[in-house]
Parts: sequence; C-alpha cells; structure tokens
Amino acid sequence: MSAPRPTVSHLGTTALLFEAPGETSLDQQQRIWSLARLAETWPEVREAVPGVNNLLVSFRTVPRRFEPLADRLCEAWDSASALSLGGRVIELPVVYGGEGGPHMADVIAHTGLDVEEIVAIHSAPVYPVFALGSHPGYCYLGGMDPRIATPRRQVPVVKIPGGAVSIGGAQTGVSASDGPSGWNTIGSTRMRFFDASRDPPALLQPGDSIAFTVAEIRR
Amino acid sequence: MIEILSRAALASVQDLGRFDAFRWGVGLSGAMDPLALTCGNILLGNEDGAAAVEMQVFPFSVRFEADTLFALTGADCAAMLDGVPLLPWSRAQAKAGAVLRLDHARDGRWRGARAYLCVAGGIDVPEVLGSRSTQLRGAIGGFDGRMLREGDRLPLGRAAGESRGTEIALVPPGLALPLEADGLPAVRVLPAAEYGRFTPASLDAFWREPFRITPQSDRYGFRLAGPGLEPVAPMELRSHGIVPGVIQVPHNGQPIVQMCEGQPSGGYPKVGTVIEADLWRLGQMPIGTRFRFLATDWDGALAALDERQAWLAEVRRLADLLSARSAAR
Repeated sequence: MSAPRPTVSHLGTTALLFEAPGETSLDQQQRIWSLARLAETWPEVREAVPGVNNLLVSFRTVPRRFEPLADRLCEAWDSASALSLGGRVIELPVVYGGEGGPHMADVIAHTGLDVEEIVAIHSAPVYPVFALGSHPGYCYLGGMDPRIATPRRQVPVVKIPGGAVSIGGAQTGVSASDGPSGWNTIGSTRMRFFDASRDPPALLQPGDSIAFTVAEIRR
Repeated sequence: MIEILSRAALASVQDLGRFDAFRWGVGLSGAMDPLALTCGNILLGNEDGAAAVEMQVFPFSVRFEADTLFALTGADCAAMLDGVPLLPWSRAQAKAGAVLRLDHARDGRWRGARAYLCVAGGIDVPEVLGSRSTQLRGAIGGFDGRMLREGDRLPLGRAAGESRGTEIALVPPGLALPLEADGLPAVRVLPAAEYGRFTPASLDAFWREPFRITPQSDRYGFRLAGPGLEPVAPMELRSHGIVPGVIQVPHNGQPIVQMCEGQPSGGYPKVGTVIEADLWRLGQMPIGTRFRFLATDWDGALAALDERQAWLAEVRRLADLLSARSAAR
C-alpha cells in the first residue's frame, strides 16, 4: 500500500492550501516549517504560512496553471526533513472558569470530566507554538491532551476578550485581542501578544512554547 | 487635511490591503470594493492603492481644509459639494472650506453599499506592516487603528502634480461588468477542499437557490441565510490559513463568507471561495440583498481576473486621455 498523499486545494485565486497526510505531531509540524521556508523562495509565492499540519501558500503572481505548482509542493513535502526551531518557553498564569471561562460548562458536559480534572489536564503540558493565525499575534498550540477535546461551537461567539484561553476541537490557544471566535473559552490570562511597532510584531513564533500555570479556579 | 463632520459613521481609512503579514496572524483588511478604490485613484493620477476613506453609513460629511482634487466612487450617494450635485464615479475640485455631503445610497440600476472618497495624493496616515488599511482587530493601521469619528482630521499626501481639473466620470463596473443569475446579482465560486464532503442534495440547493445577506454581516464576514449545507459526515478540521472570499460552513449549515477584515485562518469546513475578481460585487451588496452563487473553475476564475484587469486598463487609458486633453486646453 502506498503512503497517503498530501492534498492541495484552491482558496480562490489568492492562495492554495496544502494539507499534509497523517496525524498532527511536532515532528510533522517541523516538516511543515521546512516546506514553508522552501516555498517562500519560489518567485510566484508571496507568503507560505504554516497552519496546523498544513500550509497556506499565497500568490505574488497567480499561476496560469495550478497543477504544476501543486505537484511541486507535494514533491518538496516528500523530501522535507524536520526543521527544529529552538525557541523560548513563556509562562502564562490562567484563571480557569468563572466569568472569564464562560464555556467551561460545555467542556465539562462534552468530556464528562470535572473542573479540577480539566484544569489539571490543560495545565500539564508545555505547548509548542505550531503556527500563528486567526488574529494578530495568535498562536496555535500543539500537544493538547485529547481527553479534553471539545468540538467548536455551533455558531461562533461574536466577541470574546483578549487573553481568553479556549479549546476548539483537539486544539487550545489564547486570544491575543477582543474578537469573534468559534472556540470554547475556559479561562483567561493577561499577556501582550502583539505590538505592530515591535520587530517582530508578534511575541511568539513557531518553535516557541507556552506553559499554562493555574492562578485560580473559579466556579 | 480633511475633517470628518459626521458622528459614529463607521467610515475607515483603507487601501488595497495588508499583504505579507499573514505570518504574524494579521489579515488582509483593505477596501471592501477594491475596484472602486482603484478607479478613484486612477481618476486622480494616484498610485492604484493610495489610501481612501471607505464610507458605509450615510449621511456622511467632510470638510476640505485646503483646495483638494478628489474622486468619489462606489455607491451612488447623491453627493453634493457645497450644495452642488456631483456625478457618481467622478472627480471634482473642492475649494478650501468646502463641505462634501453624501446621502443614503440611491436605488438605481446598480445599488452599492459602500462609497469611497479618494483624494489626490491619498490619505497620508502612517503605513503599518506595509499598509495604511485600518484593521480593527489589534487596532492596526488607518487612523489610530479605529473607525473615524466626528472631528478627526486626516492628513493628505502630496498630489502627483499635474492638473487634472476637468470633471470626468466613469461608468460604474456594476453596470459595465454585470453578473446576474435569474434576475439576481451573482458571484462566482471556486470549490474548496471540503466541497465534495457535503451531500449532493445540499450542494444542488447551494447552486440553485438564492442566499440572503443577514444583518449580522460586516467587514469581517457576511453571514448568509439560505438552504442549509449538510455534511455527509461531521467534520472537525485542523486550523489553516484562509483568505477573503472563503465560504465557511459552521455546524448550523448556514454559510459565512470571509470578507476583508476576516481572520487569516479558520477551521470550519469550506465549500468554496468567492473568486477574487468578484469579491467587490459582494462587498457592495447591502444587507438584505438576495444573490446567487455561480460555479466556476480555475480557468474561469483566471478569465474573470483578466476581464477585470482589461476593464481597469481601459479606465486608465480613458482617464489619461481626458486628463491630457484638459491639461492641453
């Protein structure tokens, strides 16, 4: 049996989406970072931006034919080796539950765990930053324990505050500013993740890590 | 300088968008109708992407503090300069102290939702991460990263120099490049990754029935009401980059089209993307509009881009021709 193939799909004529086969893992993500570095050297590519186990490639010039570029990405993926980006670890104290964690009840209902168990499981790992996205300075983190995975909400919430710690599917993250979100908010923290006048403007980059500590559990 | 005279008007400074900042989680932003912004700048001899004021709530007024050549494009808002009516999609000269007033968008053969005030030299707010566009999320760019308020005074850049005094007007692209299906406005869609994972019956309805733009629609995204899209099996995707135009389908089956200020990434299934060449059409549709999606493919999407470029080239040629003539007089 041959190995599962990556998929390459359209995002209109602005960009394409490359999705790697297989499970999300740090090793896999490091290959995504490596592929991003390479693709950004191609003249038709504007940006190559890692997502979680995938890569958005935006066009500087729209290719007249799509398939050759898609094939080139797949070939590059086959030969991509893991790129280790040794980064920093940032500690974030979190107030879990209460007003700052309005969807904790939904996570409890979905997982069947109690608050203490959810907090203990959520604050245990050191989470590597897999990718940036969603909004300025926001980090997608790897390594969440699947026991606390909870589906995204039926309808996105129109506004959650900056500093909100949330779970969406098998992922977790911290909002960097106020805005809409489809994730379940379980706690809150204070940290400035983005400042356009800084260089780089984002506090964290792929390869850095976040460690959540328990400041308080509210009911 | 131009001074904003209107209160809480949801107007903002925009250009063609903030490219090259996806890597920091910063989305594109920019004008909801990039074609209108570009045309306004062409009329003035500006760079295509010079910053302008995007207006979406009317009436709206500004005062010019100095003699200023300006252009109005986008929605036809029965604009008056010191009480004198102006043609839509035209340029005009304002004297120092003159007041420009735009009224509610007029129903005509083409009705828009957003108007653009372009000025010779462009709105000269600082570039942030390569663009002057306002992005509310993170308060980046534009005028202090926010919507404009009464009393704000916007600095203007230096005009290109040549005199472009004559009033000239363009045929709006809504009339020059019409796109309809069964009497309703339409936009073309290129299927995206999860297209084949919705039921054939719901996809059939997606192409056949109209969608309505609900009041919960803004520069971030248009939430639509129409036939529900049903997945063959539930999907939980890994987060990935997306661009304006992407049509996401949350679990309730009602699609949301990402607009300019939408997030640069998402995780809901994607049925397709409104093609770049047609995104301005959607950006100009008022809340409550019923419209249709039309299927296209890669070649169709490229042809639409080419058609738009050709139309812009013709606009540029005419504007240059008329300007040269007026300069010679």
